[in-house]
Amino acid sequence: MNLDDMLPTLGEWLRGTGPDSDAVVSTRIRLARNLADIPFTTRASAAQKADVEARARDAIAKADISPKLDYISVNGMAPLDRLFLVERQLISRELANALDGPRGVAFDSRESVSIMVNEEDHLRIQVMRSGLALDEAWERIDAVDDAIESRLRYAFHDRFGYLTACPTNVGTGMRASVLLHLPALGITKQIEKVFKALQKINLAVRGLYGEGSRASGDLYQISNQVTLGKSEPRLLAEIGEVIGMILTYERQARQVLLKERRQAEHDRVARAIGTLGSATMINTDETMELLSAVRLGIHLHLLDDLPLTTVNQLFIHSQSAHLQKLTGQALDGEARNAARAKYLRSRLRDLGGR
Amino acid sequence: MPPPVCQFCGDPATVHLTDIVQKVKKESHLCERCAREKQLLPDPVGGHLNLQALVALVLGPPPPAAESAALICPTCGLQYTEFRKHGRLGCPADYAAFRPALEPLLDKIHRATAHTGKAPRSAGDGRAKRTELTDLRERLRVAVAAERYEEAAVLRDTIRQKEGADEPR
Repeated sequence: MNLDDMLPTLGEWLRGTGPDSDAVVSTRIRLARNLADIPFTTRASAAQKADVEARARDAIAKADISPKLDYISVNGMAPLDRLFLVERQLISRELANALDGPRGVAFDSRESVSIMVNEEDHLRIQVMRSGLALDEAWERIDAVDDAIESRLRYAFHDRFGYLTACPTNVGTGMRASVLLHLPALGITKQIEKVFKALQKINLAVRGLYGEGSRASGDLYQISNQVTLGKSEPRLLAEIGEVIGMILTYERQARQVLLKERRQAEHDRVARAIGTLGSATMINTDETMELLSAVRLGIHLHLLDDLPLTTVNQLFIHSQSAHLQKLTGQALDGEARNAARAKYLRSRLRDLGGR
Repeated sequence: MPPPVCQFCGDPATVHLTDIVQKVKKESHLCERCAREKQLLPDPVGGHLNLQALVALVLGPPPPAAESAALICPTCGLQYTEFRKHGRLGCPADYAAFRPALEPLLDKIHRATAHTGKAPRSAGDGRAKRTELTDLRERLRVAVAAERYEEAAVLRDTIRQKEGADEPR
């Protein structure tokens, strides 16, 4: 598989469609699974990890999963390629850099299903959907899990459920995350209130790139903390209910913005486009912030000739590894910020000299 | 009431900590020496309170540790104390081997100790039927703990109804 072929395409999570896509970027569900008779990854020997990898690859290849998943090994992969997969949400930072030994990932060409092998757990199955689609994502991952389970014996305990390396994942092994774009709650300074309420009901809030990453570009990932004691459909219903409430608040805040400061918002969006199209140096954070304004502008119909998929493409292509692949050279610091600005300038010029 | 003594060494306690975790109040009493040893008191010059030690004191009560510390997994050889240090278990058999120590921990993390969701087909059919009731009972427990009595009453009735319907079978 040549990763560079993926450059022009948007993965499933950035398709920009799906229910509630005015404020929901994507839905992701992952299941943590382990083989019954092998130590968890952190305690497994290199030979045991190789055994897990071989058995997982065999199961993935033979399981009835369509579209087909292709497996690539991550150990031995160039650092740039690893970062590229992290940016596309196909693998975790841990699988990319923190872990060692035989490990890898299988995914489909739409990037809607991925299975990490020898992450903290032997298998981390993940399904992505554009927009808010918890039930649909669950149906899909449930089926993928069944297909794998028919070929591998999972570690399962009658009382504790699916056994995982960390007790915070035991039981269902399920983490459902919804990636939200909440610029209006940010502008109207209500976001902190929302998050305090979320923490009280045991939902976690994180930035886009997972644990410890801070929110940039008004993108927030909301996920369940509890994995034991509640069934998957119930956990999903609880998250869905809360997401529904947050969406109501965000949409109300957007209406308030339109009503009370339409001109100022229009100006902010126009300036964002202007900066993106004329800067000669720009870092990721500023790019994310400006693209957030543009994204909001599209949803508020302050801009109507720029498709959301273009914003998503600018977004992913501005990430370090994507940018370096696009320019075909390793870049750091100032050179990278200059290359990012140059890329954005030329893309926005192509889009009609706005 | 006798004056509190240090829970570690039995000397008169002069440091008193009250923590409320998930609505449950927990009090700790220590003498100054033990408190300083466990880094719960800032050093006289420019020291900072060791939050980690404070959290460990509240969440990981030392008394049962004597027993837990002795737990060792016969399959992978991991000791319970090693698990607590790194937070990762060694192999699936650890759950059975560490069960007495793990159950209270799971209850703290998840407010539950029993799985009620999906099971592999190999785990048998009996599970699915049990699952719903276990789930309802768990929700009842949580509702009572959170003092949501109206919800608890509804759950109680549902459970009775379902138990009634299930028993003849």
